[in-house]
Amino acid sequence: MKPVLTFTERGIYCPAGDFFIDPWRPVDRALITHGHADHARPGHARYLATKAALPVMRHRLGAITAEGVDYGTRHRIGDAEVSFHPAGHLPGSAQIRVSVGGEVWVVSGDYKTAPDGLCEAFEPVPCHAFITECTFGLPVFTWADQASVAKEINAWWAANAAQGTYSLLAAYSLGKAQRLLRMIDPEIAPILTHGAVEATNAVLRAQGYALPDTTHVTAGLDVKSCPGALVIAPPSALGSAWARRFKPASSAFASGWMRLRGVRRRRAADRGFVVSDHADWPGLQAAIRETGAERVFATHGYTEIFARWLHAEGYDAAVVPTQFGGEEEDDMPVVEPADAEQAATEQAATAHKAAPETSDPATSAAPDATVPYPTGQNREDATASAPADPDPDDATASGQTDLDTGPNTGPDRR
Amino acid sequence: MKDFAALFTAIDQTTKTTRKTEALAAFFRDASDADRLWTIALFSGRRPKRAVTTTQLREWAAEVAGVPLWLLEESYPIVGDLAETLALILPPARSESDKPLSHWISVLRGLHGAEITERKAAIIAAWDELDATERFLFNKLITGGFRIGVSQKLMTRALSRATGQDEPVIALKLMGGWTPETTSYKALIETDDPAADASRPYPFYLAYQLGEPPESLGPATDWQAEWKWDGIRGQLILRDGTHHLWSRGEELITERFPEFSRTRDFLPDGTVLDGEIVTWDGSAPMPFSTLQPRIGRKTVPKKLLREAPVILLAYDLLEQDGADLRAAPMAERRARLEALLDGLPEDAALQASPVLSFDGWESLAALRSSARARRAEGVMLKRRDSPYLSGRKKGDWWKWKLDPLTIDAVMIYAQQGSGRRANLFTDFTFAVWKGNELVPFTKAYSGLTDKEFTQITAWVRKNTLQRFGPVRQVRPEHVFEIAFEGIQPSPRHKSGISLRFPRMSRWRHDKPVNEANSLEDLQQMLAAYGS
Repeated sequence: MKPVLTFTERGIYCPAGDFFIDPWRPVDRALITHGHADHARPGHARYLATKAALPVMRHRLGAITAEGVDYGTRHRIGDAEVSFHPAGHLPGSAQIRVSVGGEVWVVSGDYKTAPDGLCEAFEPVPCHAFITECTFGLPVFTWADQASVAKEINAWWAANAAQGTYSLLAAYSLGKAQRLLRMIDPEIAPILTHGAVEATNAVLRAQGYALPDTTHVTAGLDVKSCPGALVIAPPSALGSAWARRFKPASSAFASGWMRLRGVRRRRAADRGFVVSDHADWPGLQAAIRETGAERVFATHGYTEIFARWLHAEGYDAAVVPTQFGGEEEDDMPVVEPADAEQAATEQAATAHKAAPETSDPATSAAPDATVPYPTGQNREDATASAPADPDPDDATASGQTDLDTGPNTGPDRR
Repeated sequence: MKDFAALFTAIDQTTKTTRKTEALAAFFRDASDADRLWTIALFSGRRPKRAVTTTQLREWAAEVAGVPLWLLEESYPIVGDLAETLALILPPARSESDKPLSHWISVLRGLHGAEITERKAAIIAAWDELDATERFLFNKLITGGFRIGVSQKLMTRALSRATGQDEPVIALKLMGGWTPETTSYKALIETDDPAADASRPYPFYLAYQLGEPPESLGPATDWQAEWKWDGIRGQLILRDGTHHLWSRGEELITERFPEFSRTRDFLPDGTVLDGEIVTWDGSAPMPFSTLQPRIGRKTVPKKLLREAPVILLAYDLLEQDGADLRAAPMAERRARLEALLDGLPEDAALQASPVLSFDGWESLAALRSSARARRAEGVMLKRRDSPYLSGRKKGDWWKWKLDPLTIDAVMIYAQQGSGRRANLFTDFTFAVWKGNELVPFTKAYSGLTDKEFTQITAWVRKNTLQRFGPVRQVRPEHVFEIAFEGIQPSPRHKSGISLRFPRMSRWRHDKPVNEANSLEDLQQMLAAYGS
């Protein structure tokens, strides 16, 4: 039987329906799982997404030819039947189910299994093959329940507010920021927002998503009049001139990566809250199990490790190289053009497009491999045909170059 | 352990030294003596004797978590810290407790000599009553290495604040070879007789690199200049009829350098010298590479002693006839040093590091440029009227090193870092051209900004050609300027050379790969500067 979906250099493709899902190069017809920039890219002739996802896509991509569909409704495209199902990633996000001749494949897009109180909750979709993200596909990533993280954030804000210190909370402007607004104590006020966040707030409010009142930080706003306020801004705004008006301030990041101490320290924020819109390890396991799929393709994240694990668990697992991930996968990369969001703010939230949160796809290299391969096989090849270290000799060189620390703590040099 | 975990969290959550000091001082005021002592010990790199191996810890944690061992091993480099990996992978504890830090240390110490099953049961039981942070710290007690941004200086300040004793007094008390097993908080901190320990070294005074032209230091006549040797810093102590040798990392290295036992025949008791340990060919230092095998070995075979004999090039006298000289001016200490070492026989393995004579900064600059030929890295500048301070302080001592050598090389392999750099590609292998082939010749880890590391990480993810375990072969596309301090022949390396302190000094966005340097260029540098 021909595969329902194939993996091409432009993205995931359905031959029976002649459409792509979240393609990273311009195509004729693109089905989009959600509005994050690594999935909803500019330049396609026709877009298809959930009705709830479209307003944000239009806001970010400008004038696009797009059609919106309801969750769960089946549509025919060529010889394929497609439907969109909630992914729980952010408002309007979807998994895309594609059925051809009774064979069902599902593309997860980005998803999380725990409900967040804002977006449409994840629904498992039975299928034969499941194409899953695995951004946090390692057993060290498990999320505490949302209520307990909310308590931490509330306590952090309260302690700051009591001292007249601003609480500067960094979160992605689409999805994470609004989820936080819904999570936190509704008594917290005032809440100030960066332009990129406020622009998305406005779009989602217009759609009927309820969010607490927020105040857009504009040039005319005297921030001194609201000491101890909670300020929500995209990560790139932290440490920028924009953020410097809030003094004194305590800074924090909200991201799944905050689970790792190394990353927390690198971000050099005062606090790190573990809040992710991706599934954690148990969430990924549960989601895959509930699809009943026998074949699983791991896309972005710790794909090799994750596929090896699935293989050991008895799945027919493979890795698919994609260009997704950048929103969180690349470690909350400063990959986003550092000043773009800020520039967007200066031009105010009325600007038509908010700044992209990921690197320009045009500058990204094409993937080398487009064909899925059995992971177990690949690993064996790698270890059999190659040395563990590219140049074992150089390993000893590092012994020399590291001498500053010497053996143990080592005799140091002045 | 909740108070210790709270202390850790307070320190870990802030980058501000004042907050860390406050948190630590508060802990030292409130904690029990046993917890105080162990906190000092842990933050100064000491830990209880290892009761279980890290291999056992991994196996047990994987078993408790219900994940295969390989999956735990794959997670480790991504987390970057074993104690943390284990803490994160374990299921939530089923109960809660608040036993002091010293309790858990006695538990671990009690495991020595216990059956393996008993050890395993004790560790698993501990995990099951500790929360995530406590568990991480408990694992750290076993694996060691509490690198949480508490410097010796910071701890000294916090203890000073908690006890009311002056910082230099505390600093001296914390030096030396004490172990938490054999002392008490009272004996270590509260007694007034730090000299009770004859082996105790003085805190080293450390120099900053001179960033400005030397003219900024005022008249040249105020300054004493010496060669900056490429060896290891050492403090030689002769007291109570015996001798001790300390490294700058506060490691007792007496056994590794038996040459210095002879110094007792020539120098009086109550003498402490600061200087550079170098391998010596009879008239000049040998390359640092010859010192390396000596550093790594606790006992020295005769052959190595013959091939790589060491001497101490002494440049300061800290104690004479049992009296602390550190407050005396440099010029006076220097005069006493020279008088003390004058006329020592050659086999004393001890010489005064010569003072350079120069008239004016220009003449010193000329001397400095000849440093490589003298097997030195540059010159040291010390203010003639300065006391011997402790720690790294700006003002009186400067190192004025030669500019590094540089070469443009192509990045060919990348590997993720660990700890603060986990999840970023920070460890790279570089190559130069040999005809149409790229020959790897060095690794480098440092020199880029966090932003550049983030950029290159995103690039590596998209441009991986092959993976070998944790190492990725990447498209040869980026050229970096590699700076290094020295170059030596090395038959062990494919390229035939090895570099000293290589680091990335510049990302050459402007240079295409085919314009990177060649192996021939490196060989020419070897001929010109190699030793």
